[in-house]
Amino acid sequence: MTIKTADVIIVGGGVHGASTAYQLAKAGINVVLFEKEYLGSGGSGRSAAGLRQHFGTETNLLMAKYNLQVFPTLEQELDTGMDLEFTQWGYMWVAYTEECLDQLKKNVALQKSLDIPSVIMDTDEINARWPYLCLDGIIGAAFCGEDGHINPQTLTLSYGHAARRYGAVVKTYCPVTKLLAENGRIKGVVTENGEEWHAPKILLSAGPWSTPLAATVGVELPVYPERHNLLITEPVEPFDCPMVLCLDDGAYFKQCPNGTFMFGRDDQDEPHTTETANSAKFLEGVTKSVLKRIPVLSGVRVVRQWSGPYDNTPDHNAIIDWTPVEGLLVNCGWSGHGLQFGPSGGRVCKELLMGEDPFVDLHRFRLSRFEENDLFFEPAFI
Amino acid sequence: MTEKANIICRCEEIEIDEIREWISRGYDTFDELKRELRVGMGPCQGRGCRDIILRELSKATGKPIAELLPGVIRPPVKPIKARLLAENDQEAE
Repeated sequence: MTIKTADVIIVGGGVHGASTAYQLAKAGINVVLFEKEYLGSGGSGRSAAGLRQHFGTETNLLMAKYNLQVFPTLEQELDTGMDLEFTQWGYMWVAYTEECLDQLKKNVALQKSLDIPSVIMDTDEINARWPYLCLDGIIGAAFCGEDGHINPQTLTLSYGHAARRYGAVVKTYCPVTKLLAENGRIKGVVTENGEEWHAPKILLSAGPWSTPLAATVGVELPVYPERHNLLITEPVEPFDCPMVLCLDDGAYFKQCPNGTFMFGRDDQDEPHTTETANSAKFLEGVTKSVLKRIPVLSGVRVVRQWSGPYDNTPDHNAIIDWTPVEGLLVNCGWSGHGLQFGPSGGRVCKELLMGEDPFVDLHRFRLSRFEENDLFFEPAFI
Repeated sequence: MTEKANIICRCEEIEIDEIREWISRGYDTFDELKRELRVGMGPCQGRGCRDIILRELSKATGKPIAELLPGVIRPPVKPIKARLLAENDQEAE
């Protein structure tokens, strides 16, 4: 068998893998990316793709701020002919209890200290700006008008397309079956079609599929899949409805730039699996919950529903770290807010792989925090 | 409105030339074309365009249509008013 080589191998063609491939290829690195299906076929392309700067820790906020600096010009930068549909119609976290509103106020104070233009709004202000929202039970909200939406599929595909243009090899429909290590060092990968590739550095960014792959070289990742559901409606005339996240039952909705509405709602009973499947229970539950907040949509038709896996960790924050196997870097475990971190996640992985200092201190994202019981608590997670 | 000649996806107004162009750029599966161009994502979910696109993919790749992955048709299959779904919910208040 012929063994092929690269400077860096990336396993997983979601937004983080594709963004890292793009940044490495642009820097002149010989990089090969392996994706088991098409780019974005896992969690990335199935994401609700909200872009937000509403976090409650400095580490996440610095990265979120960087993402929002990149998105406005990214379509131009990647220049692939694909429309990224970036819009800034805002993102609102709606509180139903005093305790919840107090936490939102703390988050907003931290955001303001980092020059993020978030505000706390009372019900009169919400009603004046979005009179079609039903405010029953709401006591206030946190809102950031710079936040918004991007098309998660064209985002991931565009990163991959631009990476190829800079010379990256992006191998789709090419699953990796195992990683190879020797004397404590990473060595390469074996693919399902029997190819063997070697590289001194490997990035594992395969979402929930990272766990079984890391195990093939003895690395244990506390990352597990959890199914989440979304639906999309027929398009209606755009009226700038922001992303609205209801902190009572976790329902959320937003208008996409083509006029369609997206509805989602978290459900504790969903199975911990990467298998995608659909249920009437979700369709009926989410429409009831969302129509209570935005009754004007009651006559709009639901067109499609789909599901996809989060890659959860015990503290619902990502792992970005070198593993005990020398040369093996992981970036996974984003627990449902990873799509929007494609720009910053790709940047820090490129920096780590090239031996540069990452632009954000990544200490909170380290792998050893779980065994040290020093979890990365983030008050603004959904 | 721009003039479009050979629209094969009426939901998203995609022309056959756009399909051929993206196939020639290396995106030779229905799933990838769907995600670049939204073909199959509209209210008809590909009833109009799927067969035409699969034929184009077959011509370009040399694989018989029976061997091509046709993408997924998602529930509720036909568009339903949100209100009717909400009224059906059995969950306790």
